[in-house]
Amino acid sequence: MEFIVCIKQVPDTTEVRVDPETNTLIREGVPAMVNPFDLYAVEEALQFKEKAGGEVIAISMGPPQAEQALREVISMGVDRAILVSDAKFAGADTWATALTLSAAIRKIGDYDVILTGKQAADGDTAQVGPGIAEFLDIPQATFIRKVDELDPEARVLRLQSMWEEGSERLEVPLPCLMTTVKELNEPRLPSLRGKMAAKKAEIEVWTFDDLDVEASDVGLAGSPTQVVKVFPPPPRSEGELFSDVEPDEAAKIIAERLAKKGLF
Amino acid sequence: MALRIDRDACTLCGECIPVCPFGSLEIREDKLVVLETCTLCGACVPVCPENALEVEEVERDVACNPDEWRGIWVFAEQRGGEIQSSSAELLGAARRLAEKLDVPVTALLPGADVKNASSLLSAGADEVLFIKNDELAHFGVEPYSKVISDLIEERKPEIVLGAATFIGRSLLSRIAVKVHAGLTADCTGLDIDTEKRLLLQTRPAFGGNIMATIICPEHRPQMATVRPKVMKPLEESYDSSGKVTELSADSLSNRVKFLEFVADDTSQINISEADIIVTGGRGLGDPKNFSLIEELADLLGGAVGASRSAVDAGWINYSHQVGQTGRTVSPKIYVALGVSGAIQHLVGMQSSDYIIAVNKDPNAPIFKVADVGIVGDLFEVVPKLIVEIKKLKGG
Repeated sequence: MEFIVCIKQVPDTTEVRVDPETNTLIREGVPAMVNPFDLYAVEEALQFKEKAGGEVIAISMGPPQAEQALREVISMGVDRAILVSDAKFAGADTWATALTLSAAIRKIGDYDVILTGKQAADGDTAQVGPGIAEFLDIPQATFIRKVDELDPEARVLRLQSMWEEGSERLEVPLPCLMTTVKELNEPRLPSLRGKMAAKKAEIEVWTFDDLDVEASDVGLAGSPTQVVKVFPPPPRSEGELFSDVEPDEAAKIIAERLAKKGLF
Repeated sequence: MALRIDRDACTLCGECIPVCPFGSLEIREDKLVVLETCTLCGACVPVCPENALEVEEVERDVACNPDEWRGIWVFAEQRGGEIQSSSAELLGAARRLAEKLDVPVTALLPGADVKNASSLLSAGADEVLFIKNDELAHFGVEPYSKVISDLIEERKPEIVLGAATFIGRSLLSRIAVKVHAGLTADCTGLDIDTEKRLLLQTRPAFGGNIMATIICPEHRPQMATVRPKVMKPLEESYDSSGKVTELSADSLSNRVKFLEFVADDTSQINISEADIIVTGGRGLGDPKNFSLIEELADLLGGAVGASRSAVDAGWINYSHQVGQTGRTVSPKIYVALGVSGAIQHLVGMQSSDYIIAVNKDPNAPIFKVADVGIVGDLFEVVPKLIVEIKKLKGG
């Protein structure tokens, strides 16, 4: 069976800080990493392959250095990696990204399950996975917290999708797309053999000319949305800190604040 | 298409370099250069004192004539026939936008047996379109996106809003592709540029480290999902002159088969929609101590949250996790007990209205975002707090 995982290289957002003096982003020394949610997708695809046989292909759209992210997932056991990269793809919003990735998936050919992380840690949109499914006109199951069964005979996946107050159990025919949350699994660490493979691996690069897409549908030109302003979040007002109060008094302080908020 | 630098004007002052969220600007050999990582986001453009930076205008694919599109639509979520509270928040926001645009607000309600559809009128809708079909009783992304996309193409609303819930995010993403619309996720601010008649959509990005305002200039509708609990419902009931119109839908199909819904046994109140959240962290030291958190949450009528370390230790179900790999919440009151406040946690809760924190460590980062911080032992403070609240409630 063919499993395709879409991954994204993101800056480690926990390292991105705003300089309070200048109100600008401090980017220096911020490492790039594979979007953490995508690692659950990679792990699940590898487990699917272990059960059902076949191949796991990772694709990523990004600048040339996103190749590093693909090498990282090869070290986990991914068989083949494709980097979708072209200056024409720069500035893509979720619509243009989903279109470009779906074109790359069509070029790959047959597939059974497409896996993506639920969202990317830099943009946090959760829109690209469902967008790909729509462009490919395949069923989707989002925010998957548990795989009950991959049934290659009946060609269905039985999944549990995470909702606000519980789970939906779904049966989805193949081919389909699923997005993954953290609870799904524990991503494996790279093996020594995997690391060797990652070093030697040829990463295929597909550019604009390799895909069946129009220039007006990709990158900034193909993006319906446009960022017009970027600014630091409004600072929270200075809080009160009580560092030397007895528990009795502390309890009174909190209760009083809650009362002021109209709770009782 | 590129970021253009006017080299004659550029003084190599370097002010643009730290602003770039992608680290794409560098000075090399006395020249400012743009690296391939540039996404053309434009963050650098306004900071240049010499106006030497410009994102080249591109020929955009003009999909429609925006003037033909009018009105604001809200996707009203129902589960088991009950209209969800997010609908009133969205209608509150839509009403405020509608005043500026002078257009009606329409609530879209796909379902089968829905109680109280007319409550959407008093919550702010001028009209309710109740799309009635047994296939729509339970959410399915395929039939839902089909009926809504068809209506959008037929009636041409300029704005479509949905809640940034599990359903809303999955659904609007597919609709946006079907109707070729721009979609902005998880907005925390909505406004109108009245001159250009554009929806200004503001949202956090990079784990809440920066805010971005996004527009959709040429495509219609302008679509957005809105973070639950951020928008306020109308204070007074809306005097709507409209009515609930029932629409039928035919030939709906759904490839995904819904088997059953399994409620989380531990979550009486779900954290995404709670007004009050009491969160326990590593400082609890033992899973059984979550009973203290639950007791306080019950007393306050709130939900139970947990930090990543508490979830990873297996003390409580993942559905309770607040933070980057869990859920983002914006309650009115957030009480953090024994939570140190790693940045991954802060990004998931720092947009809460009022934050109270108790932690032993005076240097815990949670105190940086807390409105009231108590340096102390939660096991000493919380039982006393419970007594104190009972006293206040009783009196």
